[in-house]
Amino acid sequence: MSSREFILNQIRQSCQTEHSEAPTLPLFHQNSVDIIERFKQSLIAMGGQIIEADPQDPYKFVKERIAESKVICSVVPEIQGNRHLTETTEPKELQDIDYGILRASFGVAETGSICLTEQDLFINTLGYLPQHLIIFLDPKQIVENLHDAYARPEWKQIHYAALHSGPSATADIEGVLIRGAQGVRSLSVLLIE
Amino acid sequence: MSDLQQEVQPKGAKIKGNKPVNQLEAANRFIAASAHQQMHDQRLWDLRKKRDAQMHLIPEWEALRDLASDIKSHTLDHLADYLEEFERNAKANGVHVHWAKDAQESNDIITTILKERNAKSLVKSKSMLGEECMLRQHLEEEGITVIETDLGERIQQLDKEDPSHVVVPAVHKSRTDVSKVFVKTLNAEQGNNDVHYLAETQRETTRPYILNADAGMTGGNFLVAETGAVVVCTNEGNADLSANTPSLHIVTVGIEKMIPKMEHLAVFIRLLSRSALGSPITQYTSCFRGPRKGGEMHVVLVDNGRSTRLASQKFKAGLKCIRCGACMNTCPVFRRSGGLSYGSTYAGPIGLILSPTYNAHKYRNLPFASTLNGSCTNVCPVKINLHEQIFAWRETLADEKELSLSKRIIMTSLGKLFAHPKAYRMAVQTGDKVLSYLPHFIVYNQLNAWGRQRDIPQPPKETFHSWYAKNYMKKGKADE
Repeated sequence: MSSREFILNQIRQSCQTEHSEAPTLPLFHQNSVDIIERFKQSLIAMGGQIIEADPQDPYKFVKERIAESKVICSVVPEIQGNRHLTETTEPKELQDIDYGILRASFGVAETGSICLTEQDLFINTLGYLPQHLIIFLDPKQIVENLHDAYARPEWKQIHYAALHSGPSATADIEGVLIRGAQGVRSLSVLLIE
Repeated sequence: MSDLQQEVQPKGAKIKGNKPVNQLEAANRFIAASAHQQMHDQRLWDLRKKRDAQMHLIPEWEALRDLASDIKSHTLDHLADYLEEFERNAKANGVHVHWAKDAQESNDIITTILKERNAKSLVKSKSMLGEECMLRQHLEEEGITVIETDLGERIQQLDKEDPSHVVVPAVHKSRTDVSKVFVKTLNAEQGNNDVHYLAETQRETTRPYILNADAGMTGGNFLVAETGAVVVCTNEGNADLSANTPSLHIVTVGIEKMIPKMEHLAVFIRLLSRSALGSPITQYTSCFRGPRKGGEMHVVLVDNGRSTRLASQKFKAGLKCIRCGACMNTCPVFRRSGGLSYGSTYAGPIGLILSPTYNAHKYRNLPFASTLNGSCTNVCPVKINLHEQIFAWRETLADEKELSLSKRIIMTSLGKLFAHPKAYRMAVQTGDKVLSYLPHFIVYNQLNAWGRQRDIPQPPKETFHSWYAKNYMKKGKADE
């Protein structure tokens, strides 16, 4: 008998219960919530930053921020970078990038999270190897809570997607909070269609 | 420098083969290192307080706990079906699915995958299952370099110690303890115990390993049957780096981590980090459904005693655990004795009920490292009746004659007392009277474990039963 059969048999012998359906879930919406404001507050609480859009040039503050940086990899058409990704780029080649700029699929107001799928990332390590990330997010794509987030279709369409809630962080030594553990040191979001 | 930075870090329980772990002995050494003990206690209590603050922000918190418990119970009752559904969907996404009966088979499968691809180095994120199977030790014996990428786990690896907590593995160490480890192993500056410097040293020295590793490994917080997804939660981003940088990603995960659908995942993600660290969510909550472009992904489903535990009505609730560590953070014994004092992979209240299922003899003392105050049960996000299970283990171990002699003597006389209400009441009344007249040095001596580390409450002037008898007996209502 294979281990697979052995384990499944053992489980079936252990559980001799009637068939039942998994619990169905309410969405727990709070009707009074200002979703965009809540998203901003939650993101800041998780150590992320909001980049304001200048009325004249919405990308002005993004451009200012990356002006001093050497290696910029942008996969959004609005910003020109100087590192281009191709089909043959190896994931580890992204290790010298200062700024990665990309667009998230959606955001979550409850936790200030943004969802980056493998399509948003182009190469998955673009979400982790750069020193800093700048994320464009359409405010219309912000959902209220995690129940809405996991009802989105993306999770069934891709091989990889992750909710990023602020930059990487650790408090493993005496509880001292450090932003910038193994992944990015900062994560900033520009709310723009 | 404060006392903490000068005090030597106490080490964990002394493991002597299969001999019962003496948790009390190790706990006493931890308590004797008073600065470490205080830091540990305060840090974990701080996490508990942050958890409470988060809980109060969610009006549906208790409803979420009920749902989480129900989803887990339902899934465990239909685990075989969900495992098959998971396997089907994962395979359809291009994932190789393996099944391992026990730790040995799991380690062998992983070794074979690595050797067949000539992989010599592996970067991994934290996995309690890996600890349970002693995977790292096994791979190192096979000549494979294994690098832990989580900061706390890396500290523990470099110090050749086990993690002392499921979420914060080096919580028992001071910054100076960490500095000493890094000076010895990472060539860090002598005497520089700045936390930012230490964290940066680990980041910079770990990164080359991540970039050049032949394989990456993660655990799994959840498996979703509906989509064949492995869900991993971290704060450092190390799981995503380990899984996405090398071309080979291996997941090792216990079969009980299953949930039916993505919608159910929301309940657990809302509870997990709030219960663990008091943060609304982990920085990264990642969903792996298939190999990355040009890569290969393997999932090893590990049983290691879980399918047998399912048959025990008494103890199967332990399989609902999502490894948040909330029960440890709130436990007065854990906070004062340190996770390494338990000498087992799982420490604290959850460790008391899981460890004897692996080895009832070796861990027979652990269910006694509890005050049975029920705080663990109150904070558990999946509503495991921890303190009742701890008590049930005491009974079970007593039945199985797995108690040390001194405990057997005490339990026998107590058992007799409890079986005879009158004798019990007499004993309690006498005890309270005696306590009132005993000098401090007798109550707080070295023989009375309960007098150490805490003040004995003022004995009541009167027991409830004698008060009740005096006031209501006349009405003829008192029972015997």
